[in-house]
Amino acid sequence: MVTPTQEIWDWLAEVPDPEIPVVSVTELGIIREVAWDGDTLKVAITPTYSGCPATSVIDLMVEEKLREKGVQNIALERRLSPPWTTDWVAQSARDKLREYGIAPPIDGTASDGRMGRAARLSGHNLTIPCPRCASGNTDKVSQFGSTPCKAAYVCRDCLEPFDYFKCH
Amino acid sequence: MVALDLDRQTLFDWLLRLGDNALILGHRTSEWCGHGPALEEDIALANTALDLIGHCQMWYTLAAEVEGKGRTADNLAYLRDAIQFKNVKLVELPNGDIGQTMMREFLFNAFHFELLTALTGSTDPKVSEIAAKAVKEVAYQLDRASDLVVRLGDGTEESHRRMQAALDYLWPYVGEMFLADATDDALAEAGIAPRLTDIQTKWEAIVSDTLDEATLTRPDRRPDVHTGGKQGRHTEHLGYILAEMQFLQRAYPGAEW
Repeated sequence: MVTPTQEIWDWLAEVPDPEIPVVSVTELGIIREVAWDGDTLKVAITPTYSGCPATSVIDLMVEEKLREKGVQNIALERRLSPPWTTDWVAQSARDKLREYGIAPPIDGTASDGRMGRAARLSGHNLTIPCPRCASGNTDKVSQFGSTPCKAAYVCRDCLEPFDYFKCH
Repeated sequence: MVALDLDRQTLFDWLLRLGDNALILGHRTSEWCGHGPALEEDIALANTALDLIGHCQMWYTLAAEVEGKGRTADNLAYLRDAIQFKNVKLVELPNGDIGQTMMREFLFNAFHFELLTALTGSTDPKVSEIAAKAVKEVAYQLDRASDLVVRLGDGTEESHRRMQAALDYLWPYVGEMFLADATDDALAEAGIAPRLTDIQTKWEAIVSDTLDEATLTRPDRRPDVHTGGKQGRHTEHLGYILAEMQFLQRAYPGAEW
């Protein structure tokens, strides 16, 4: 008797991201496929960033969850293509991120290597609203924040520092 | 499927160059961890190092698979000696001050970004998959490095002087990135990799725009003086990096955690 894959997706929705535990791995869009191959459950997971140390922890947590639910044979696949993008981050996760104090990604603003130059030359920086007070009067402190997927910002109105989940 | 008319050894050697550039620059960058001039810079450099080490893991995994001798990505990182490393000399040089570190990151990132962009169109799907993953990260690295080159170059008198000195010091090493040998030619003919002269043209555009904005002067000297890293001939600095990086696996072979 195999469990329907929809139910397995629901189980995986209970697995939190180890770095940002308010969102689940399914909401982050890193679980790419769940399928049975005979009595083996195949789960394809894509890394967010290629050097993200959370990747192996996520594999472990997914496996633990499946074992807890009684799945015996598990084959995890690390899938590189298509590469993960923040476009796959669910709306529910974006709301949770904001409530948690992390500004969610603004779609369509991924770096092309020349984004900073364009901003310097035009004088128009990307406006990242403060997740606490919603002010647009914020500045980027660093392109890389507490993890590779985030940038460090500070709000000039409420004066709080915050992380921005970069568009990727 | 790897192009059949290209021999395995050539493809393996070329993949090592990509992996070794990423690992050695990643290791150098990680040396700033805990020593950055400001907390945000420290964190940013550590994140950059993580990106690069992630890239080397992908390239080494593919290289080991192409080689087909049962070696793993870890074997390639920890159990080769300096002469078997194929990174360009630019990435193994000591960090120097933060200005020299950021200038080197910038000069390499601009090359890395254009190379990976071209590799997303590789005839080898595995190469193009890795490039597509890595280039998104290198785009942010390039943005950050060029921003700092401009801010420091067009900063105070002291920061300007240091950035110009860094550029002058690093310049004789940059030419090696574009110096094609038989391996590069074979890869380009198979459509797996671009011609390095095409990458150089694109690199020149980024570098000249950024140096202009940074009020820095392009050195009037040959860029291809210090070469040979891609063939395994390195500066004395690489041995010290490996001594530190490989110590654990050399002292306790096969150790895992």
